[in-house]
Amino acid sequence: MTNGEKLHTISALVEDKPGVLTRVAGLFAARGFNIDSLAVGPTETPGLSRMTIVVNVETKPLEQVTKQLNKLINVIKILEHDPGTSVERELMLVKVRAAGEDRQRILEIASVFRVNVVDVTHHTITLEAAGKPEKLEALLELVADFGIVELSRTGRIALSRGDRGIRDRVLRAARTAGGEGA
Amino acid sequence: MTTLTGARALLKALELEGVEVIFGIPGGASMPIYDPLVDESPIRHILCRHEQGAGHAAEGYAWATGRPGVCMATSGPGGTNLVTPLADAKMDSVPIVAITGQVPTPVVGNDAFQEADITGITMPITKHNFLVKDPAEIVRTVREAFHIATTGRPGPVLIDLPKDVLLAETEWSWPERVSLPGYRPTTKGNQRQVVEAVKMILASERPVLYVGGGVIKANASEELYRLATLGRLPVVTTLMARGAFPDSHELCLGMPGMHGSYTAVTAMQRADLLVALGARFDDRVTGKLAAFAPHARVIHVDIDPAEIGKNRAADVPIVGDCRDVIAKMVAELERRQGEAGPPDRSAWLAQLREWQQRFPFRYDQRPDGPLKPQYAVERLRALADDDTIVVAGVGQHQMYASQFWRFEKPRHWINSGGLGTMGFAVPAALGAKVGRPDARVVAIDGDGCFQMTAQELATSTTEKIPFVCAILNNGYLGMVRQWQELFFDQRYSGVYLDPNVPDYVKLAEAYGAVGIRVERPDEVDAAIEKAYSITDRSVVIDFRIDPSEGVFPMVPAGASNDDIILGPEAIRPTSDPEEAPIA
Repeated sequence: MTNGEKLHTISALVEDKPGVLTRVAGLFAARGFNIDSLAVGPTETPGLSRMTIVVNVETKPLEQVTKQLNKLINVIKILEHDPGTSVERELMLVKVRAAGEDRQRILEIASVFRVNVVDVTHHTITLEAAGKPEKLEALLELVADFGIVELSRTGRIALSRGDRGIRDRVLRAARTAGGEGA
Repeated sequence: MTTLTGARALLKALELEGVEVIFGIPGGASMPIYDPLVDESPIRHILCRHEQGAGHAAEGYAWATGRPGVCMATSGPGGTNLVTPLADAKMDSVPIVAITGQVPTPVVGNDAFQEADITGITMPITKHNFLVKDPAEIVRTVREAFHIATTGRPGPVLIDLPKDVLLAETEWSWPERVSLPGYRPTTKGNQRQVVEAVKMILASERPVLYVGGGVIKANASEELYRLATLGRLPVVTTLMARGAFPDSHELCLGMPGMHGSYTAVTAMQRADLLVALGARFDDRVTGKLAAFAPHARVIHVDIDPAEIGKNRAADVPIVGDCRDVIAKMVAELERRQGEAGPPDRSAWLAQLREWQQRFPFRYDQRPDGPLKPQYAVERLRALADDDTIVVAGVGQHQMYASQFWRFEKPRHWINSGGLGTMGFAVPAALGAKVGRPDARVVAIDGDGCFQMTAQELATSTTEKIPFVCAILNNGYLGMVRQWQELFFDQRYSGVYLDPNVPDYVKLAEAYGAVGIRVERPDEVDAAIEKAYSITDRSVVIDFRIDPSEGVFPMVPAGASNDDIILGPEAIRPTSDPEEAPIA
């Protein structure tokens, strides 16, 4: 990604209550933070959801984003992912124009990228691709030449490598802010 | 097991939370709450005339007492009328709990009569809000709401209650503990950071304690007094903190900021250390941020971690309640200073003294000239006792009040700081008087502000909640007029109100209050004495003040604090070099 330096991935453990998504999205809008992508789903603990948010920090420092998110009552924990020690994945469905000899070339690309063909018609092929965001970008660049009919992406999800989970980790912002506990 | 309706459970929970009074207006969706108020609940309901008035009254109550204020409105327009007070309370960290009725759950989302998505509308302007869909959740929600409103950085919380939830029967159960896994404010300051802060204070040559509203919220005035006097540290008190440290004390430099004293503003500009205590480096204090206090290292104490580093980087950040942190700083300073006392900073203190003497707040009241607003404020203060609570709206009158009232105690100054809500004063004065019935309450208001919420004078009369409202009437939206004078070439646009419309004396009388008009300086004292002698009803004093008077000093918006303008002559052509603006 060309502007990778500006993008940070954070995970937020939140209470699964009505309006939580609105609170998070509203906070980003009100504070002028830019969301690049946002993915939400259930977790290993009933009643808790996990949001993975890719934040563009061109205009506001990441520290303000995490501190303001932490102030939301329904937000339990925030984790800022270090790209070197995290696994980041995204799922994408892309419907590509596939007339005549293009069809074979698209299938070759699919095979090289090890992505699944999930639908074929006389005129299109739909691919299902999962992987690192960089891989999806590369695939998109190649199939764009044939013409993309439509595209749907889940947004990034992420987990840290290693033994520990989000609930064991301490937020960096809270550690540096000089308070006891966090 | 006792069963009762959701509405009764609500009132019982409010009672157990210590609520004595609710400011509100009923409507269709909230009617189930009003029925038990007739004879079952000991809570006093004060019927306001507008929900905005009820909200500001709850704020005034909270400012004056330190206890959470409660306001109540029905669904739809009732709730939307609370938007301004909720936003005001959010900006000024005022603990209030707002209760709104909502249309019955089966029709929520159907555009029912008087339906508005009030939790959606108020999400960004509350600390938190709740929509309760199950009557069994009401009591726990009330507990959580009061806990959230009053702890950490205080703020407004709204509880939205659909009518069918209020009418349904539920079993009474009082949770002993509140459990909110996502809400654990840090209140105890880190001792290692405190030690670093104290070392920095002892090493500083030109320190300033930059005291904000957090000191008042934390009830930390005594600790602050000990810190300032023990370390011989000069103090500025922001608009939100007036009274946190006594104005009469020699270490007090008064208010900093756009209309602050020359000494307070310049002390921060020249300081080598700012100790920010419950303050947030607001633009009205810092002026142009890049030019603010350029030589100062910063110790920043705040209960809200998000405030630290938001506008200005801190050299020593301390997250915690101001009372806890300042007490720890006092103990550490005592230990380190020992018998020797504070380091010698006589040159700094002498410099501050010299500025204070050279550049006091000033105005020119001629005996036969037009009445100056500053004179009216000074006389209102001189004839009042130290326990008088003064409330202001927003604009020139607010600045005159903050500059010329001498504050000696915390919780005796109430105003709208962050949001700048015109119309705040009258209802907030009403709420303050309810919270402190033993104290005299004086609203210093502008004629523009007064007209936005004057209807609460009716509440004052019918509910027997008397206060004095001193209108500094210049017939203009004065602060806007001042900016047009200074920055828009005296092209006045949309600011003239007419001092005679309405007739404020007649209006006061129509509301059952006493009205007094003051047109000349020699009438001021008699009018104030009369107003202060009346205790069975409210009094409105219509001070006809000089409309050409402006608020000074002034740091123009976006300018550096070094470019403070001392008076109007610094902008209009002047031949006197002494009067030129200080660069």
